[in-house]
Amino acid sequence: MQLSVKEQGETVIITIEEERMDAHNSGRLKERMLQLFDEGKYQLLIDLSGVRFIDSSGLGALVSGFKNASAHDGNLKLCCLQPQVRSMFELTRLHRVFEIFTTVDEALEGSS
Amino acid sequence: MTTRVELNFKVPNQTSYLAMIGQMGETLAYSLKNFHGNRKELAYHLNLVLTEALTNAICHGNACDPEKYVTIDIAATDKTLVIKVIDQGQGFDITARDKIKAAPLDESGRGINIIMKLMDKVSCTREKGMNVLKMTKYLH
Repeated sequence: MQLSVKEQGETVIITIEEERMDAHNSGRLKERMLQLFDEGKYQLLIDLSGVRFIDSSGLGALVSGFKNASAHDGNLKLCCLQPQVRSMFELTRLHRVFEIFTTVDEALEGSS
Repeated sequence: MTTRVELNFKVPNQTSYLAMIGQMGETLAYSLKNFHGNRKELAYHLNLVLTEALTNAICHGNACDPEKYVTIDIAATDKTLVIKVIDQGQGFDITARDKIKAAPLDESGRGINIIMKLMDKVSCTREKGMNVLKMTKYLH
């Protein structure tokens, strides 16, 4: 999975540079998040603007990161979901778990 | 006259094939001439159920064994789409899976529930020593 990582203030922004998040590539996101947690970075924002397709494995990777960040008084937010990706969060009711923002700037400001 | 499409794939037991098979599902959705519903949505859903079913077959049914394979049979008529995903594993009780609803913060367990929400009929049987997940969608 192609990812880009940049820091803005206390937040680490991970941009998923793949059209698909599935069982083949989601493990890479989990590994990268674990590296960040090991460095003590628990404020994450995942930019999903480039993702057109996500399955249960992709959702599971995000839930894993969310749980780990939350357990260390951090947070994992999502932004920039394409409509069909958003529909997956609604289908699985995960839109009630994650803070989901329209843009990166909104997420950084903390307003939904 | 009834249109009938039949497709058969023998897929190596590797997750690198998920994207290819999922994309085939999307292409199939756009080829169903008599479907009058939301075709874009159907395409996404077929991509998704094929991805979920194939992942389950590769990782659970075939236990990630690279020597095994997964067979996918697809039969479409004007009214019905039937997808069978067949692995060489021991089988699993889909009814039991359905009863185990993924808790909000579970990291796995959503795949079969997603399939059951998006398809009209789902069953799991043993046929000739193989595990057959059969998913039916009524085309309106």
